[in-house]
Amino acid sequence: MAIVLVLVLIVVGSVLFHLLSPWWWTPIASNWDYIDNTIIISFWITGIVFAAVVLFMAYCVFRFRHREGNRAAYEPENKRLESWLMIATAAGVTALLVPGLFVWSRFVNVPGDAADIEVIGQQWQWSFRLPGKDGKLGTSDTRIVSAENPLGIVPGDPNGQDDVVVEAADLHLPVGKPVKVLLRSIDVLHDFYIPEFRAKMDMIPGSVTYFWFTPTRTGTFQVLCAELCGQGHPLMHGVVMVDTEQDYLAWLGQQQTFAQLSAPKQTGSANQPSEKTIASSLDVAAKLETLEAR
Amino acid sequence: MVDVTPADAVPPAEVAEMELYHPHSWWTKYVFSQDAKVIAVQYSATATAIGLVALMLSWLMRLQLGFPGTFDFITPEAYYQFITMHGMIMVIYLLTALFLGGFGNYLIPLMVGARDMVFPYVNMLSYWVYLLAVLVLVSSFFAPGGPTGAGWTLYPPQAITSGTPGGQDWGIILMLSSLILFIIGFTMGGLNYVVTVLQGRTRGMTLMRLPLTVWGIFTATVMALLAFPALFVACVMMLLDRLLGTSFFMPAIVEMGQQLQHNGGSPILFQHLFWFFGHPEVYIVALPAFGIVSDLISTHARKNIFGYRMMVWAIIAIGALSFVVWAHHMYVSGMNPYFGFFFATTTLIIAVPTAIKVYNWVLTLWRGDIHLTIPMLFALAFIVTFVNGGLTGLFLGNVVVDVPLSDTMFVVAHFHMVMGVAPILVIFGAIYHWYPKVTGRMLNETLGRFHFWVTFLGAYLIFFPMHYLGLMGIPRRYAELTDMNIMTESAHHLNSFISIMAFIVGFAQMVFLFNLIWSIRHGREAGGNPWRATTLEWQTPETPPAHGNFGKELPIVYRWAYDYSVPGAKEDFIPQNVPGSFGPSREPA
Repeated sequence: MAIVLVLVLIVVGSVLFHLLSPWWWTPIASNWDYIDNTIIISFWITGIVFAAVVLFMAYCVFRFRHREGNRAAYEPENKRLESWLMIATAAGVTALLVPGLFVWSRFVNVPGDAADIEVIGQQWQWSFRLPGKDGKLGTSDTRIVSAENPLGIVPGDPNGQDDVVVEAADLHLPVGKPVKVLLRSIDVLHDFYIPEFRAKMDMIPGSVTYFWFTPTRTGTFQVLCAELCGQGHPLMHGVVMVDTEQDYLAWLGQQQTFAQLSAPKQTGSANQPSEKTIASSLDVAAKLETLEAR
Repeated sequence: MVDVTPADAVPPAEVAEMELYHPHSWWTKYVFSQDAKVIAVQYSATATAIGLVALMLSWLMRLQLGFPGTFDFITPEAYYQFITMHGMIMVIYLLTALFLGGFGNYLIPLMVGARDMVFPYVNMLSYWVYLLAVLVLVSSFFAPGGPTGAGWTLYPPQAITSGTPGGQDWGIILMLSSLILFIIGFTMGGLNYVVTVLQGRTRGMTLMRLPLTVWGIFTATVMALLAFPALFVACVMMLLDRLLGTSFFMPAIVEMGQQLQHNGGSPILFQHLFWFFGHPEVYIVALPAFGIVSDLISTHARKNIFGYRMMVWAIIAIGALSFVVWAHHMYVSGMNPYFGFFFATTTLIIAVPTAIKVYNWVLTLWRGDIHLTIPMLFALAFIVTFVNGGLTGLFLGNVVVDVPLSDTMFVVAHFHMVMGVAPILVIFGAIYHWYPKVTGRMLNETLGRFHFWVTFLGAYLIFFPMHYLGLMGIPRRYAELTDMNIMTESAHHLNSFISIMAFIVGFAQMVFLFNLIWSIRHGREAGGNPWRATTLEWQTPETPPAHGNFGKELPIVYRWAYDYSVPGAKEDFIPQNVPGSFGPSREPA
């Protein structure tokens, strides 16, 4: 009989744990609260089914436990009951699937005004590239990656010259502007994952993958790698800072373009991000002018 | 569905019986045996032994996760080797081998009324190739560089590059070779199981009279024969990439500042091949468990399984559908995201036949005469954990919900609950149920109940809270959970709690092993049919059954496998080989 009590306690305990435990998702920082809502719907439907099945089972064990002289009923089939259960299940599944697919279609259809940014993963750091003034990212090729050109940007492509390169440093994004994140890897699989944004996607060497989101609040967010990528995997952290428009432009003004980085320099190489941040202190307008002049 | 053949309507035998090849020496009787029952025990013992290794690896992982920084010898490298070997051993070398090689070999011939598998020699070879596969796998622990640490999914490119343990050493080569051997061995056994079920049934044993255990194992075997080739070719292709420098899965890569000599390959092709095998694999493990648990519930509730025909069709439907859902493991893999619509739909459709099975198990309890034996307790625990794990599958299968949850501890909790804990609870229930047939003695009841309570409650306490770590966003496969902003102090405490529970549950398995060995000599004598069950394995003239299973005459089957508590019958069970109707007979619906 202990099993009856335990079955009931499992249901009660699981529900209480769900309601009272301190372990819950992080406060959201993107437009994907649709996903959170779909999870809530899923918790309700599955929670009710779980409780119903286990409590019914507990009742059966209690009511029909063996006692001297008992005999089971003989009932091989019950077409009506089986059909009704099948219909009810199909309805429940549909209630989960339809909102899910609806949100998914939002997830895969990138809004037209989303700005492209590129994230490049490599063992075990994150780099970023912004399209520059022309709004276009230049083509890239893993086969030309070198110490001087760590992201493999094709030098012959004019679209790439003004691309802003953020190598192994923090990425900044303006709040409230949709971004299409283009994902690329130069070595193995990685996965660009920020828990507060809810979205994530693998990066595959040889392909460009994507997802999109709109950051909804300013703050500093930790980037994690969510695809096992070798022994440095758990240390592959990065930072994305969501800024106000003003702060964002100030940050952007301090970044260097591909053309600037590949120009011959007296000291330092493109591999040392600390030096290049110090080197550039142009304000945005001045920078844009310089770019236009090229 | 009352389906009884009158005693005078049994068809004549189609083929005359052939004498079996009987062993002449101790070696051919117990070592190089062609008796499916001996092979079953060999498979089970080997799977249990390698499973113990995987259990110990899980302890090491939990030491690191529960008490980070305390154990210096668990480097990230070692941690990844532990998780990889733990996962691969549990899924392939333990669960698949034990359900199909162990239970399949023991139960198929006995339950269908055959003297042995149809190809006994190939069946013997199957075991020895499996053993070789296990030895090759184990050898990677001793190879230079150690075993591979690529994760059990072995995703390229990282599986064969230098940033992963064993990637440029022996680890990955031995792993791929071992898998290839396993598949060869399995194919020999699998063909045997399928042909035996189709061709080796005794007179009167129609397909719709087979016990659901046989249906589960049979369907799982057919699926495995179709799914394993995908893994086989993936392993061969990756071996070629690693050893001969081909580029099946390898695009141009700059690794650690070094241009590798690969170009043009597709890493995601491997993922498709892997999961084309990998998803059916989930059901290759689950379907035998579904079948076995149906028989456990029916026997110990003294009631026919509810909706037998629906149960059979559900098994077949699940088996077929599981071949068109594989990419739900790849929603965030970077494949074309529009595939998500298709795979989310097919995945959620599978929930319908699966739910029907759950309803029918529970409805079998309704108005039953429930004996709370240890097999029944494990069956009830299975339903709880399977329903729990199945329902969280509806989160992960629903493409957009998967986006935040994939690659987090939620996934780890989900698949452990649904294809780790649930099938293993069935395995335990099945061992308590059939041990008396295999050895002639009962397992110790007190130790058994201790084992049940600790395993069931402990496993639930391990994996239920773990979902919430994933909901927080904590990724899986992290050797270090330090320096992570979302990781709170309380989440660290929860991890320590989970680890402590894992050690306790692991300890209970040692008690179980002790019981298995102790009861061979000291268990209570069981007799031929201690559970008063209807299926043929309980009707053998000897217990344990001798070579040839059924003595002089093969049994003739007159009825389905679930004639429990038939109105008008004297006993509350009528074995399948007993002729005659009892009470008011109903027409087949």
